[in-house]
Amino acid sequence: MAKKKFVVASFDEEANLFPAVEKTRKAGYKIHDVYTPFPMHGLDQVMGLRETSLHTAGFIYGILGTCTALGCMSWIFVSDWPQIYDGKPHFALPAFIPITFELTVLFAAVGMVYTFCWLCQLAPFVKKHIFHPRQTDDIFVLAVECTPQTDVAELERFFDDKGTVGVEIQEAEAGWWWGRFDKEQQIINENAVEVL
Amino acid sequence: MKTWSFGLIGVGILAFLIGFFTMGMSSDPQVSANFWGTIMYNAVFFLLITNIAMFFICALTLGMSAWQIAFSRVSEAISAAMPIFGLIAGILMISLVVSHSHIYHWTDAELVKHDAILTHKHGFLNAPFFILWTVASIGLWALLGARMRKITSEADTKYLGAQEGQKFIWRKTVNAGLFLAWFAVTAGCVTPWMWLMSLDPHWYSTMYSWYIFASSFVGGLALITLFVIYLKNKGYLELTNQEHLHDLGKFLFAFSIFWTYIWFAQYLLIWYANIPEETIYFKHRVQGEYKGVFFLNLVINFVCPILILMSRPAKRNYTMMTFMAVLLLFGHWLDFYQIIMGSISAKHITLGWLDFGIAALFVGILIYTVGKALTKRPLVPKYHPFLKESIIHHT
Repeated sequence: MAKKKFVVASFDEEANLFPAVEKTRKAGYKIHDVYTPFPMHGLDQVMGLRETSLHTAGFIYGILGTCTALGCMSWIFVSDWPQIYDGKPHFALPAFIPITFELTVLFAAVGMVYTFCWLCQLAPFVKKHIFHPRQTDDIFVLAVECTPQTDVAELERFFDDKGTVGVEIQEAEAGWWWGRFDKEQQIINENAVEVL
Repeated sequence: MKTWSFGLIGVGILAFLIGFFTMGMSSDPQVSANFWGTIMYNAVFFLLITNIAMFFICALTLGMSAWQIAFSRVSEAISAAMPIFGLIAGILMISLVVSHSHIYHWTDAELVKHDAILTHKHGFLNAPFFILWTVASIGLWALLGARMRKITSEADTKYLGAQEGQKFIWRKTVNAGLFLAWFAVTAGCVTPWMWLMSLDPHWYSTMYSWYIFASSFVGGLALITLFVIYLKNKGYLELTNQEHLHDLGKFLFAFSIFWTYIWFAQYLLIWYANIPEETIYFKHRVQGEYKGVFFLNLVINFVCPILILMSRPAKRNYTMMTFMAVLLLFGHWLDFYQIIMGSISAKHITLGWLDFGIAALFVGILIYTVGKALTKRPLVPKYHPFLKESIIHHT
């Protein structure tokens, strides 16, 4: 976990955000992340994010569930404790299908939820830096990470004609940490709120 | 396409005539039943999948969906072919009920008298009610479908303001609701019992109508997809793009799984309960002559879509979607074959030149009528209030 320097541009129109994100990427700056109050279609393509591997994980969990259910039931009813129910064969495949289906869904669903939390680093007490107090309210925030090669002054000037409502430089933690906001970070700057 | 459709109709009429003179006129009731049964399952299949086009429009209208507007004229054109198939299937089935007791056993008064189950069911399974219900089903589908097409025509000519637009959507919604309500009591309930389940008048299954609906829904979706891709290839549907194709692919995928669910729900209960009068339906399908068709049907309609259509790139790929649409259309045609011919000719599988010839006849009629309906109106309802939402549709 390391502190890094960010140039944070905020927008109040999504029409300004999209071209700005695209130009930032084209210019070769390293986009840390874009924060929006609501999910936005097409933003992932503009940011150049690769497609998520969540569904591949989901498929694997599903197969795992299928195998668990079929393997478990076959073992129990065929070799461990074979009994005849209702004149059916020991390996009564149609009767196994509903449970197999349910376990497939259960494994895929639960597995994907935890994988999603892992990918997004979501867990109780996991904290990340908040670049703008209104990024979940009505402001779109584009955070650009400054690498050693980045000319910060030039980057700030870069946003001049992009329709921003504010550009600022922040030194902040780039990753996540354990903690609680109320003790460690003042999210809302009261003076700033009064001005806005 | 017109030459193609005439060619197919020609082949089909040839097959029909040969079949009619070699089989239809036969004095052996089984042979003649095979011939009329072959025509009947094709007619019912094409009637139901063209009717599904209107069901699709109405269901999406009630859901306030906008994405379908860019290609809704294609579904409307397919539904415009429904009255023709309705006429063919209706006349065929009514004349079978009136004259051919080898297909519908329950029309034989002598037989019913000595059969406790059929006597008990006589209040439902009798010729007057069959004729009334058939005419009412097909007639109201055609009528409400035509009204829907007429309403959407208004969006071609004049710009709709906020008030007029709301009124337009409201009228569309009401009509869609009426269609769906009637569809629910006919195609989703009574009509398949009467047309198809009564081929085995002793047997019954509560999943049957849903099974027929699921099968025809996937077939109808495949048909819409095929026409959309064809027109897109020809450059006519500029506003329809991969996003719309992706959603059609999702529908195809989801309802293939739904079909499997219904298929299995019907099979599992009968298998588990193991009551002879119910298992009789599956006896010759799972263990007899129809074994191959029965399991091929499951592979085409379940294994193929779940493996191929699951991934996102496949649903956005025109070639893959064309392949899957053709495959599923064939698969559900085969499903109807095994449902109906499996009951009419339980001992011997009849799949052969006649089936494909008659199918060619109906495909020819379908291409011709849908093509003609497509030329009559603009391909995009220019002033539809939801059109913009459809153009910028993004999945």
